[in-house]
Amino acid sequence: MISETPETHKKLELVCPAGTPASLRAAIDNGADVVYLGFRDETNARNFPGLNFSREELAQGLDYAHQRGAEIYIAINTYPQAGNPDPWHAAIDDAATYGADAVILADMGLLDYAARKHPDLNRHLSVQASASNPQAINFYVETFGVRRVVLPRVLSVIEITALNKQISVQTEVFAFGGLCVMAEGRCALSSYVTGQSPNMNGVCSPAGHVHYEDQGDQLVSKLGTVTINAFAPEEKAGYPTLCKGRFKARGTVSYLFEEPTSLNVVAMLPELVNAGVTALKIEGRQRGRAYIAQVVSQFRKAVDAQADGTTLPDMNLTSITEGQQNTVGAYDKTWR
Amino acid sequence: MNNSDMSQSKLTLGPVMFNWNPDVWRDFYFRIADEACVDTVCIGEVVCAKRDPFFTPLIPEIIERLQRAGKEVVLSTLALIMSKRDLTSVREITAMEDILVEANDVSAVSLLKDRPHIIGPFANVYNEGTLEFLRRNGAVRVCLPVEMSLQSITSLTANQHDTEFEVFAYGRLPLAISARCYHARSHGLSKDSCQYVCDKDVDGMDVDTLDGDPFLVVNGLQTLSYSCCNFIHDLGALSAAGISRFRLSPQSWDMVAVAQCFRDVLDGKTESEQAEHILDDLSDGLTSSNGYLYGKEGMAFAAPWAE
Repeated sequence: MISETPETHKKLELVCPAGTPASLRAAIDNGADVVYLGFRDETNARNFPGLNFSREELAQGLDYAHQRGAEIYIAINTYPQAGNPDPWHAAIDDAATYGADAVILADMGLLDYAARKHPDLNRHLSVQASASNPQAINFYVETFGVRRVVLPRVLSVIEITALNKQISVQTEVFAFGGLCVMAEGRCALSSYVTGQSPNMNGVCSPAGHVHYEDQGDQLVSKLGTVTINAFAPEEKAGYPTLCKGRFKARGTVSYLFEEPTSLNVVAMLPELVNAGVTALKIEGRQRGRAYIAQVVSQFRKAVDAQADGTTLPDMNLTSITEGQQNTVGAYDKTWR
Repeated sequence: MNNSDMSQSKLTLGPVMFNWNPDVWRDFYFRIADEACVDTVCIGEVVCAKRDPFFTPLIPEIIERLQRAGKEVVLSTLALIMSKRDLTSVREITAMEDILVEANDVSAVSLLKDRPHIIGPFANVYNEGTLEFLRRNGAVRVCLPVEMSLQSITSLTANQHDTEFEVFAYGRLPLAISARCYHARSHGLSKDSCQYVCDKDVDGMDVDTLDGDPFLVVNGLQTLSYSCCNFIHDLGALSAAGISRFRLSPQSWDMVAVAQCFRDVLDGKTESEQAEHILDDLSDGLTSSNGYLYGKEGMAFAAPWAE
């Protein structure tokens, strides 16, 4: 932030995912400062069957969090369908009524609605808005009173440092979990193959369009009619997320866009603090309670150690990360 | 909607998204000025600011040539703004006076506040709330996101008489943009040391599935469809849905002839079936797609008569 000099031992806020009430309690019990969640409909970017919160579950979650000094943010981060704004407006109205600590929004129309209708409700800018420069971020701040920006996973730490000096708002960065290699909120790859996308439907490479074909010598994974990957018997078959597939270009088969890696920035916490970042976000509202508990407790230790100036713990999260590979993604400029 | 109404529809030539040889690029626009029946021509780098130095010096001459030919000229801005260089590019374009600018991200939207401007297809205008906000900010024309269905378009355009609506009607669909350069990556290079290898593929680098089926193409930071979006059969339905402009996105084949096909169908001089054959020949039989319009997967080609 403009007025603050970065402090090396400032404590990062830990923002953790929950797709169910059990995961919410697990996150808070294991040290989450904040839990973010979505309602059980197309208003959020993890619109999966059996996931997310009813209004009643939100009320209970808010009680559980607030009694333990934690906060709840509500992700309303898809783009409303033309002619059908009501579910999105109701989500914002209810977030305000139930006393959520912030809403996470991407659509300008919704930001405008929330700013006019609920000026006292904290507004955060979702990663799905893809605000990756000071000009855009300051516009969201000045126009809609945004209090925090979740940065797109396209920026390097050097760029985040420079950015934080040019904006007067908190920044939150992704720390762990799934990695979008495309600019978030600007990707229609999923809908090109399935008709459903993050922006319109809150899903990417949806499970209903996934199938596996056992061809004897290999297991082929498909999204719709498109082959995304093929695995030899000794290979572990991964989920066919479109941009993590194997394709052929220039005569070579490769993970052209990105290997099936998982983002993990735990080794970069000091750099992120120095870059002026306020909060770390863990991806994975679709993950189970055990996963949430394990990741959150490890990050709690790491964030505390960073703030205390002690050695960062050696985190063993390999067993739960996709494909057993970790990356710091775009935070390291060479990723590009 | 009858043919006389469709004849009022306008054609926009979108910005060249590929890294063409600068001489070829200049001559392309000169030919468009001299021969193409398009009403509006967009010009400017929308994918990668690293390409700017090759094209920026040519722009004033091209603008003059297009304007003298009676074309409306629009300057398009970058879709993804990350670096200081990117932002400088957007600031320079939006500072130009007496020319319409097309905003492809929110930083351009902010710089164009209170001045008539266009919203490009890379900005996310999915609904009336955002449309209304952008209209108050100064937007007079909007090219909608490529994902939108006819049903959503119809809902969005209802009772919006102050805004002109355009759709991406022809060309490979721009599906994603990234910080990472996949062209460089496929050559074992990084973005910073890219050697401008994206200039090797004038319509994008083919990306096939493991089965060998053509799927996508890569254009530097951008990923596009392998198929060619083609709304030639859908012009009537789109006109009835409030669309008054159709965007043709430059490919290496004959865009003057592509524009003439669309014009002739809009003017009722050619049936869309006949135009489809001509377009297929021009693109050397490239697969067509229009699935997004019908709420299906974007890669589908749904014939309207099958609906």
